[in-house]
Amino acid sequence: MADITLNWLAKVYPGGVRALGGVDLTVRDGEFFALLGPSGCGKSTLLRTIAGLEAATGGSVHIGGRDVTALPPGDRGIAMVFQDYALFPHMTVTENIAYPLKIKKVGRAERTAKARETAEELGLGHLGERRPGQLSGGQQQRAALARAMACHPGVFLLDEPLSNLDARMRLEARTFLKKLQRELGVTTVFVTHDQAEALALADRVAVMEGGELRQVGTPTEVFRRPAGTFVASFIGSTPMNLLEARVTDGGRAVLVAGRELPVPEHAASLVAEGEKLVYGIRPEYLRWSDEAVGAALEGTVSVVENLGSAQLVTLECADGTTSVQVVVPEDHEPAVGTRGWAVPRGERALLYRDGSLVTAAPAPAAQVPA
Amino acid sequence: MSAPTAPRPADDHGPGRGPVGQLLRGVGAYLLVALALGFFALPMLWLAAAPFDRHPGVTASLPEFTLDSFRRLWHNPNAVDSLASSLVLAVGSAVLVVGLSALAAYALSRVRLRGRDGLLYALLLLSSIVTGTAAMVPIFLLAAELNLVDSYLGVILVLTGGLLPAAIFILKDFMDTTPRSYEESARVFGASPLRVMKDVVVPVVRPGLATVGVWTVAQVWGNFLIPFLLLRSPDKSPAAVVMYTFYTEGGQPDLALISTFSLLYSLPVVLMFLFVSRRYGFRFHGGIKA
Repeated sequence: MADITLNWLAKVYPGGVRALGGVDLTVRDGEFFALLGPSGCGKSTLLRTIAGLEAATGGSVHIGGRDVTALPPGDRGIAMVFQDYALFPHMTVTENIAYPLKIKKVGRAERTAKARETAEELGLGHLGERRPGQLSGGQQQRAALARAMACHPGVFLLDEPLSNLDARMRLEARTFLKKLQRELGVTTVFVTHDQAEALALADRVAVMEGGELRQVGTPTEVFRRPAGTFVASFIGSTPMNLLEARVTDGGRAVLVAGRELPVPEHAASLVAEGEKLVYGIRPEYLRWSDEAVGAALEGTVSVVENLGSAQLVTLECADGTTSVQVVVPEDHEPAVGTRGWAVPRGERALLYRDGSLVTAAPAPAAQVPA
Repeated sequence: MSAPTAPRPADDHGPGRGPVGQLLRGVGAYLLVALALGFFALPMLWLAAAPFDRHPGVTASLPEFTLDSFRRLWHNPNAVDSLASSLVLAVGSAVLVVGLSALAAYALSRVRLRGRDGLLYALLLLSSIVTGTAAMVPIFLLAAELNLVDSYLGVILVLTGGLLPAAIFILKDFMDTTPRSYEESARVFGASPLRVMKDVVVPVVRPGLATVGVWTVAQVWGNFLIPFLLLRSPDKSPAAVVMYTFYTEGGQPDLALISTFSLLYSLPVVLMFLFVSRRYGFRFHGGIKA
């Protein structure tokens, strides 16, 4: 078991492309940690630099208290599962799982027994003699996990572990992966571009953009209290409403699309009269009302999208330029063209100044199971 | 619609559309195919029949059966040796070409290098000159300087040099289609570069290696010019060169010996193709992809 500490880790590719611009990060022992971001944000480079597949051009990597910055991947006590699983096509499943042990010069009988046992644990017992090409996507993923587990690494690194599975398998594999990580208790870092995957799996999430960390926190933190507008718009299955706002009423209210809304309590004393800010509120945190309400956004329904158990309603506000999305529970479906009001849950509203959150409150309680 | 069993009126238009016309066209097509097949099959038939014929001619005919030609060939001082000599040259070149081109192709496929593709194309283009007639004089002089005239090594090196670029070109394609994640995965488990090559890369590109090996053997087996020029002693000459000596005193080609020797000469290559194709399966799909 091991923790990972990155100190000012940087990676500049020959030619001057800066993939990582000084990353400071600590992943705790036994933690399930997600690196989340859009493609090209440096998350894969970060994972590969931790693995040692890319050489850092600055800073250091410590795994389990040991400086591994200059060590080759094989000496870092890690195991990695690749996006395409990288199972060797010319070996059987058992041989694949036994391969890391073969490199570590474990005897044939012992490593085969160990590989069989690991395969059994992951429900691959009957597939040991098959070649990877004869397995389904989910089975290949398990075989790759088994191969990583067999050598008892201190750290698991998973590169887009679920992206090669079809949508249905993905949910199943997600639950499986989370359970497996809990049982093994191995520090695990995984890369994903899917925010739902990161929120569902990870104990903590690092959101990356342009080779830098934008926010590190529990799923609850990054969902409820995004540190910046980038994180706010990236996290959440329905994007957060980010609306132009101006502070009025002596700093007690903001004017959004012609309506006065109260300044959230955690930002109350931090804003100045007349200041231009961005008002952020998630569609889930807006309450729908058919009747006029005081502190609410008002508009005409332009689009209704069915989300299954709810509807995503788009309101065109009276000023003609602002549109707001509201999640409306399934028992009520506003018709297109009708007027409606969206009431923000005050404590969930957020204010952003120059792209970063205005707040005095500490981060919301972490919901990490003990 | 009303009478579905009646022939459709369109079938009766013109003489070529009726059942007789269709039959004629069918016969014509088969005749054409048969002619084309015959054209290519006749030399094969001659090769199969002439060695067993008491009086072989240049036409394929049912042989007057005899094994005399084989007996004569067995007593010819150079014939059997030359097959062994061919084998030495072919296997030697194949080992060198496969080994060197695998290493070069792997490196070229994995290392980012400016002008890499240009280099490959230039090599490919030049290789046809290296083993061609144009460069024979300098190559001969070079071999003479290096004391490589009349040695197997000299022939093997020249042939290898000529075949390497194309071999690298073919193998690089195989290497390119091998995902890097295979190697990275092995590296993460602690495998050294040579180990990665041995455990992962070579097995994955094995069909490519087999292809290049077979291709090299076939090329060397059939090469006449270079061994003819570089090997001076008759007992070292490979089969392709020795065949050239089967003439009667009168200067007429000795068809009995030539046909018999041709059969023996082509058998090893055919057998090798069959073996390798069964063992590894050739993977040529529109070009040189794995």
